[in-house]
Amino acid sequence: MVAISLPAPPRTGLLADVGHVWWRETLTIVRDPFSLIFSLLQPLVFLGLFGPLLAGVAGGTAAFGGSSLQWFLPGVVVMITMFGTSMTGANLQFEIMTGAFERILATPLSRSSLMIGRALKELTPLVVQAAVITLVAIPFGFVLYPLHVVVGLVLLGVFGVGIGALSYALAIAARKTEWIFWAVQQSLLFPLLILSGMMLPLETGPGWMQVVSKFNPLTYVVDAERVLFAGGIADTTVLWGFVAAILTAVVGLGVGIRAIRRATI
Amino acid sequence: MIHTESLTRTFRVGRETVEAVRGIDLDVAEGELVAFLGPNGAGKSTTLRMLTSLLPPTSGSARVAGVDVTEHPAEVRRRIGYIGQKDGAGHNYRVWDELLMQGRFYGMGKAEAKAAAESLLATLDLTGLRMRKVSSLSGGQKRRLDIALGLIHGPRLLFLDEPSTGMDPQNRANLWEHILRIREERGSTIVLTTHYLDEADALAERVVIIDHGRIIADDTAEALKRKQAGDRLTVVIRPEQAAGARALLATEGSEPAEKPDADGLALSVRVEAASHAMPGVLERLRAAGVDVIAASARQPTLDDVFLNLTGRSLREGES
Repeated sequence: MVAISLPAPPRTGLLADVGHVWWRETLTIVRDPFSLIFSLLQPLVFLGLFGPLLAGVAGGTAAFGGSSLQWFLPGVVVMITMFGTSMTGANLQFEIMTGAFERILATPLSRSSLMIGRALKELTPLVVQAAVITLVAIPFGFVLYPLHVVVGLVLLGVFGVGIGALSYALAIAARKTEWIFWAVQQSLLFPLLILSGMMLPLETGPGWMQVVSKFNPLTYVVDAERVLFAGGIADTTVLWGFVAAILTAVVGLGVGIRAIRRATI
Repeated sequence: MIHTESLTRTFRVGRETVEAVRGIDLDVAEGELVAFLGPNGAGKSTTLRMLTSLLPPTSGSARVAGVDVTEHPAEVRRRIGYIGQKDGAGHNYRVWDELLMQGRFYGMGKAEAKAAAESLLATLDLTGLRMRKVSSLSGGQKRRLDIALGLIHGPRLLFLDEPSTGMDPQNRANLWEHILRIREERGSTIVLTTHYLDEADALAERVVIIDHGRIIADDTAEALKRKQAGDRLTVVIRPEQAAGARALLATEGSEPAEKPDADGLALSVRVEAASHAMPGVLERLRAAGVDVIAASARQPTLDDVFLNLTGRSLREGES
């Protein structure tokens, strides 16, 4: 038979692919901005109700190395990152069920861009949320180091891509039984958050918790964020935070891409 | 345009290995409109998913639009359009946004994607719906949007997986009118799967019947019906005259099949061009002293072809 080779559309690069996936996902917020306004309330409520309680715990402000707000606010930013990116898979699961994901899989978009673009979309509101809670916290004694906060958001961006990709892989693995996604996501999320010292300092906790926390990559990210939000940058804690974030991103993308390639959606 | 050799796909289901597609050899030339026809679970969609690179073959090979699906799956995807069984457009998005982004996914510039989207909206009667949320569209509108999404980058090879399943007859007819018009304008090659007999019969120039993961017939609908089933002529007579009628009918065509009828006994034979043969047969029966109570000539359907090939009816799987 005569081999026919059809002309193909221009090849796109990974960055362009990520940009397109991110923008498509972000369009849901652009077209419906109320969802963003409501998403701002949760971290504010958390900060407003949980923050004052921390000020009164044993040891007072000394337990947090000074201001409890300076200690707790970066934790809230990490928390909203974890909540957002770990739910990346839930939106994906909906699109797997409706058929939209299959349509997108049939386009030439690179597989990794599907995960990175989606995870970055979950991080987009984070920037607005972080800005709002930071500004709200300033009158209550929070000291702002803008450049350091930006570096902190970049660190969370890298980490969030990894968590988003893992969430993506979980959604594909649980595509036939929706509740499994939520069961696994919730079962992992809270232990990870608590064992990172995000909510309460682990230094005053039992020894086994402190040991386990050393194996939790989130611990290093939270510690790095605290150093950055307190105005530190040339610190090994920040370096370890980036190492943990990059490792999470590499592992997450590896697992996610494998999940897409092996899945029969 | 498409060339496959021993294309095979197996799945592991628990401890069992299910052979969904068993060594398919297929060639599709440029400009053809080919329908994969078969019951649910026959392997049609699995074959289509391998050809579109959505599913890697277990063994065998396939070249689509000149590109090997296993070695360069992304290159295959750049050259084809695919419209799946389910809704392709995201329910939480606007019609216009989905179309534009689909164009961008294929590397089209903004202006180019906008122009293509405008043109497809007009062609598929969707212009008034551009800012509507996909979830608010009717089933027929969603399907037309799926077609637009599959065509935005102007592919010359289009795959459609059960494009009209679940649609009412009016919407199906409307959808096909659109697909055929687009094909005429663009000269596209179309490969589709269906379990609707009338759809395959009326629309496809070539019907590939798939059953249990194998191609069991491959020809035009007319040729398949002629070769595999043939026209049938049926006469109803009085049972006591059966011997004479049976002997005469056997000389006209195939060995007659008998079935009791409310008015007597129905004898049915396979003959060529039954409606034309009928007057002569009736005259010869009358001359032989057989009183014909009723007579009918029936052209075969693709279901008769499938029945003849497999001993089963395709209508069992039709919904």
